[in-house]
Amino acid sequence: MSGGFSRPMAGHVPVLRLGDMLLVTLQGALHDSMADQLQQDLAETIVGSRIRGVVIDISGVEMIDSFLGRVLAEIAAQTELLAARTVVAGMRPAVAITLVELGLTLPGLRTALTTEAAMELLAQPIVPVRTGGVREESP
Amino acid sequence: MPQHETGATPPTPAQEVRDFLWRRSEQIAQRWADEPLFRAVFTVSREEAVEAGKAVVDALAQVADSQRVEDPDAAGFTGVREQLARMGAARSRAGLSATQVSSELAALLPPVENLLVADLEQEEPERLREASTALSVLLGTLRLVAMQTALSEIQALTDRQRLQLLEVATPVIKLWDGIVAVPLIGTLDSARSQVVMETLLNAVVDQHARFAILDITGVPTVDSLVAQHLMKTVAAARLMGAECVVSGIRPAIAQTIVHLGLDLGTVKTRAGLADALAYCLHELGTNIVAAAPGGAGRR
Repeated sequence: MSGGFSRPMAGHVPVLRLGDMLLVTLQGALHDSMADQLQQDLAETIVGSRIRGVVIDISGVEMIDSFLGRVLAEIAAQTELLAARTVVAGMRPAVAITLVELGLTLPGLRTALTTEAAMELLAQPIVPVRTGGVREESP
Repeated sequence: MPQHETGATPPTPAQEVRDFLWRRSEQIAQRWADEPLFRAVFTVSREEAVEAGKAVVDALAQVADSQRVEDPDAAGFTGVREQLARMGAARSRAGLSATQVSSELAALLPPVENLLVADLEQEEPERLREASTALSVLLGTLRLVAMQTALSEIQALTDRQRLQLLEVATPVIKLWDGIVAVPLIGTLDSARSQVVMETLLNAVVDQHARFAILDITGVPTVDSLVAQHLMKTVAAARLMGAECVVSGIRPAIAQTIVHLGLDLGTVKTRAGLADALAYCLHELGTNIVAAAPGGAGRR
């Protein structure tokens, strides 16, 4: 395997690098330990290379519990610290309803309808002109 | 028809009534057919009313036979339940209140009682009195069964209509590419707002909508609960990557919201649906301009 690709490893979620962006696709149920590992992997990858944005595609996730919700918020906060932006894309209606009912509205999180819309958002300059499909939480 | 043996043990009042009902079922049915309750329901022919009356008399006799004149759940009533419900429903449709239907049912007693008195004239007054009491109780139970059945019919109807209302009342309209709207009409309760949230979020996915407009022009009042539901919907839409705009806030509702001290700070609001649409179009980068006078774009 060449160095440009992350090697699939047991207990790790694959992190794909696309130019200056990272794409993470979550599927099915994610163990707490894997979520922790992902958080760590992302931080290391962003620091190691010049990454501007992270897209986390959760269209394959049927359920998000409070722990995973918190991990997502923490990933967003930590990438912000490392001068990159995180967009969570493709959340299912049922997942969104569950999170809201749990009281987890994740105010700091950027969201997009699809991975494509998330890429569009990240392609924009840091102070973006608002376009639909993506929403900044800053007032 | 089996007659009780006038032997050593005298018949109980219930048995007395049962025998009387078997003996006289034809006459009773004939008399009932002239009562307003039967006459108004079975308008096609008198025979039909008599048949229906006979069915009820048979049911009553069966209940009396089982010695459970006071029990509305007695097996004998099962057969006529549907018919009683139909009669009750027909009278309600004719505009009678439940009390009036009930008193019409009560009016079934006197003709039967007169027959009973005529039948048992030769007997001792004590036995006549007992039998007559048993008959009254039996018809009272019949009344109870009829009202019970009518009530459960109404309950079923209400349940069905509530479900229908849930389905009917939440249309999602596509206003533009990437913009959907839900006009909310009527009072929002938790069940309805749950349905609204689900339909809206599913529409967001199906239509790839970047904007969702919740129009509350048709919502009479907004209290803290309704506001909470709105905010939940807005938050859920945001998590999915769509932006939610609440429109149609009437002056009175705006005042109520302020008076209640509700914080809708995180919710984008507009006065009318048109304003909300204009906002969404602007955010999408779409401009609508008036056609140039005499231009080719005129329709």
